[in-house]
Amino acid sequence: MSAGRLVVWGALAAILAALWWLPSWAPYFYIFVATEVLILGLFAGGFNLVFGYTGMLSLGHAAFFGFGAYISAMLLLHLQTPLILALLAATAGGGLLALLIGFFCVRLTEVYFTMLTLAFGMMVFSIAQQWRSVTNGSDGITGFTVGDFGIGLDLVLGNPAVFYQVTLVVVVLAAALLYLITISPFGLILRAMGENPERVAFTGIPVRRYRLYSFAISGTFSGLAGGLFAPFTRVASPDMVHWAQSAEPVLMSILGGSTTFLGPFVGSAIFVLLETWITSFTDRWMLFLGIVLALMVMYLRRGLFGTAVDWLRQRRTRSS
Amino acid sequence: MQTFVAALLNSLDLGILLFVIAVGLNIIFGVLNVINFAHGALYMLGAYCAYTAIGLLGLPFWLALVAAPLVVAAVAVVLERLMLHRIYDRSITDSLLLTFALLLIIDESVRWIWGTSIHIVDPPVGLRGTFTVFGAQHPVYSLFVMAMGVLVGVGLWLFFTRTRAGKVMRAAASDRKMSRLVGINVPLVFTGVFALGAGIAGLGGVVAAPMRAIGPAMGANIIVESFIVVVIGGLGSFPGAFLGALILGAIHGFGSRFLPDLNLVLPFIGMAVVLLLKPHGLMGRPAT
Repeated sequence: MSAGRLVVWGALAAILAALWWLPSWAPYFYIFVATEVLILGLFAGGFNLVFGYTGMLSLGHAAFFGFGAYISAMLLLHLQTPLILALLAATAGGGLLALLIGFFCVRLTEVYFTMLTLAFGMMVFSIAQQWRSVTNGSDGITGFTVGDFGIGLDLVLGNPAVFYQVTLVVVVLAAALLYLITISPFGLILRAMGENPERVAFTGIPVRRYRLYSFAISGTFSGLAGGLFAPFTRVASPDMVHWAQSAEPVLMSILGGSTTFLGPFVGSAIFVLLETWITSFTDRWMLFLGIVLALMVMYLRRGLFGTAVDWLRQRRTRSS
Repeated sequence: MQTFVAALLNSLDLGILLFVIAVGLNIIFGVLNVINFAHGALYMLGAYCAYTAIGLLGLPFWLALVAAPLVVAAVAVVLERLMLHRIYDRSITDSLLLTFALLLIIDESVRWIWGTSIHIVDPPVGLRGTFTVFGAQHPVYSLFVMAMGVLVGVGLWLFFTRTRAGKVMRAAASDRKMSRLVGINVPLVFTGVFALGAGIAGLGGVVAAPMRAIGPAMGANIIVESFIVVVIGGLGSFPGAFLGALILGAIHGFGSRFLPDLNLVLPFIGMAVVLLLKPHGLMGRPAT
């Protein structure tokens, strides 16, 4: 292992350790902020499999995130299932919905694909808002409690610090799996499709089917993120399915950098911290968001983390 | 018969409005190769300008009909010069992202300036009240909406086929490099096209103001609808936009009367069916 890699893994281990013991050194409020960063980071990381790797912009990912949140909330409310079951169901649900919606969306590329994801996402939003007997309309699903975690673990999930650590473990495991997918031969094919789909098609790979796989896997991780988000906020509401929610992983990926694996996670941290800070003195968060997105797209397309990584790499090649 | 005629008239109202929005979307896409996610927001801006002019300042409707699209077009010129013109050479994803950012900015600005409450504007004197055909009552104003739709359609067709400016725009759309060589100021044309498309969206907003409630969600709603229209009709096709708009209008008009439970998902089912049978829309050509 080269010295450079050792530094990267060492830094990662140090960050994870700091995150694990965060409840013992950070103020109480930041436990909530960190939980949100982790969950939305997973959402953005899953989204970026489609966006950064496969090169398709989806504006409907809130459908899978929100579906996961509703599944998790309803299982906890009606069946009082252990959390792990709710999470697994949310994961499966997100993946299945992505498979269904993706079946239509991947038939077309680029602009059409983006328009379709937005339209189907809004369909799921309308259903969440108007199918009152099941989804409780715009009030959403509330009043559930988070009991056991399951698999014999004795955890007090009502304690935010414990819930945070559970979230950390789940997100790190999921992110590790996602990383393995991105460096697998399958992940390399996705990346090649992002760069040049025609050439990939010439090698005999069924591009459309791989697009669908990418979309469904991405939806699976989004579903898991949603499944964690509902027990965290104690509500599953139509807001989580709205296109404004779909905009969040887009922004996080752009902020952090869509060309690196960790970019969306870093973007999530920047996003949530900015949101916490901005909303403390103005309600115009969305306006601010739009301006930041526009500036990033125009001047810093590779993202803050991506640009930093580029800069470090350049420096290293120059010095060696 | 009565319910059928009523449903038909409702379908036409909505279809014509959707046509006006979708045609602007198509013009911008056809020339700039940009899908304008902020198109619905510009339509909303037009409606709010109309509300300000008619409801707050007490100006006549006809003045608002001329002034509001000009205001929206002026906003569009600023946005194009400041932001959009920087990304024409980049991948299409960047233009999607940038117009999406514009959507957030305009949407939130509208909320900031006008608040979140719902407003209503009265139709102009002479277009109030209702008329009756086959026992179905319908607002007189909808006749004006249909006339405006025809006017916009015919006007644009004449503009693009008969006038010099229209031909220049088409030239810039088909070959940017060649247009530049023969002395066309392509950046200026692009600014003009974006302003034209935005102005039509603003016009749609004014026309819609007296028949639809003016609220902060109207932009997001119409953009989803107009995407369905161009997916059904075919992106970049004028007749496609017309056909798609009428089909979606009919889905809403008849669906809400005869299949009220399914009304919400019917447009998406229609879109899915078209996608399966003709992936590039009824009148669209496969992208090259």
